[in-house]
Amino acid sequence: MPALEVEALVKRYKPDRPPAVDGLTFTMPRGATWGLLGGNGAGKTTTIAMLLGLLKPTSGKVLALGHDMERDRFTALARMNFSSPYIALPHRLSVAENLRVYGHLYGVARLEERIGELAEELHLADLLDRPAGELSAGQKTRVALAKSLINRPELLLLDEPTASLDPDTADQIRSWLERYREATGCAILLASHNMAEVERLCGHVMMLRKGVVVDQGSPDDLIARYGRGNLEEVFLDIARAPA
Amino acid sequence: MMRRIWGLMYRHLALYRRSVPRLIELMYWPVLQMVVWGFITAYLAGVQNNVASAAAGVLLGGVLLWEAALRSQMGFSLSFLEEMWSRNLGHIFVSPLRPRELVLALMGLALARTLVAVLPAMLLAFFLYGFNILKLGPAVVGFFAALVIMGWAVALGVTSLILRYGQGAEALAWSVLFGITPFAAVFYPVSVLPSWLQPVAYALPASHVFEGMRAALLENRFDAGHMLAAFALDAAWLALMGWVFLSQLEASRDRGALLNIGE
Repeated sequence: MPALEVEALVKRYKPDRPPAVDGLTFTMPRGATWGLLGGNGAGKTTTIAMLLGLLKPTSGKVLALGHDMERDRFTALARMNFSSPYIALPHRLSVAENLRVYGHLYGVARLEERIGELAEELHLADLLDRPAGELSAGQKTRVALAKSLINRPELLLLDEPTASLDPDTADQIRSWLERYREATGCAILLASHNMAEVERLCGHVMMLRKGVVVDQGSPDDLIARYGRGNLEEVFLDIARAPA
Repeated sequence: MMRRIWGLMYRHLALYRRSVPRLIELMYWPVLQMVVWGFITAYLAGVQNNVASAAAGVLLGGVLLWEAALRSQMGFSLSFLEEMWSRNLGHIFVSPLRPRELVLALMGLALARTLVAVLPAMLLAFFLYGFNILKLGPAVVGFFAALVIMGWAVALGVTSLILRYGQGAEALAWSVLFGITPFAAVFYPVSVLPSWLQPVAYALPASHVFEGMRAALLENRFDAGHMLAAFALDAAWLALMGWVFLSQLEASRDRGALLNIGE
């Protein structure tokens, strides 16, 4: 069973406007890391929101870990997780309290042990008792990542996972994500504007433009097909191509 | 299911555990109300006639019981708003917490906040003014319960409006029950209202609670009819507002409003 099966997914916010996502279809296998790339307004956030069940599609279907996200999304959500620097965690709660809240919401067994593991792996031990609102942007990103891993997800959706991190910490996080995927077989769908990160982590990339996948393939294939030196140049070619 | 409900409750209770000002804020208005109305009743009792003394008890009982409805409604609505203000709803709505569990957690928080808010006012009424609400007997538990449930139902309506209209509807979280007060027969019987307004009053669980409270305080009798009517209306309002809330939640999912709620 694939991690994600998406079929003819459409989202139209208003009937007189063009769809934000138009006919998205893909099947993402387990254990893979895929990238979802596109400029601002390309439909990445809308797509991720529909994959998470936060947004109701106008038409089409999403099966996450075999569960229909319209009929049975809560069963799937218990086995998935999500991280975005654009959605905050409660500022006045300490880091440990935040992780405890989500541990309970996701029904994590031996929660304190799990929090200890994550604190060690993501270098959060010194931050556990500090209010989340007092952390630096990079520390908040690491805490958000810890929250997204609290339930040992089989499918992880990450929006800009290394935003605001210094190069060294960002590199550690990427290495950690690679190890986590290899160890658990977790599938990771990544939306990022950091093309070097996408090149490093993703085995397959979907390029979105105006809600449509205009091209896809492995980073190496895309770079070769466009005759460019790296993925960033491919991205610019696609983003700047005439409509 | 219980673990998920506890998870959301823990998120709020952890804040209160650490913050004395938050706890004081919960008790502040009910205690202030009790102080003001306590002096009014002391003045009325000083008039030295039976009617005034009886009215004093009815006023204090009304203040205490109505606070239960107010605090329940605000406790529910403000807990939801706190999630919105902290921009945490996105995480909650993509967690396995079902909408009905979200509602149950908010109800549990509202009940906890109501108890913390009303118990000090009850003690104040007893020690400063010699008014013991418990002299109403076991019915007082029913009165409180009926009003707390009514608070939940109103809060579900308010929360639905917040989901529909966003921050523009926030003020309702503080004001909506004050607007209902004139029709809820808190301090006077329903018969005082114009005849065309009385059906409106009788559609509210609170009117039946306060009619029952006056029967207990003034006539020393338990009015089972009003108690049953209060709970039946509670059930009907709760079912209706629960449906409205779930419908609004689904409509918000469709509009994409859950993506940026609170921003």
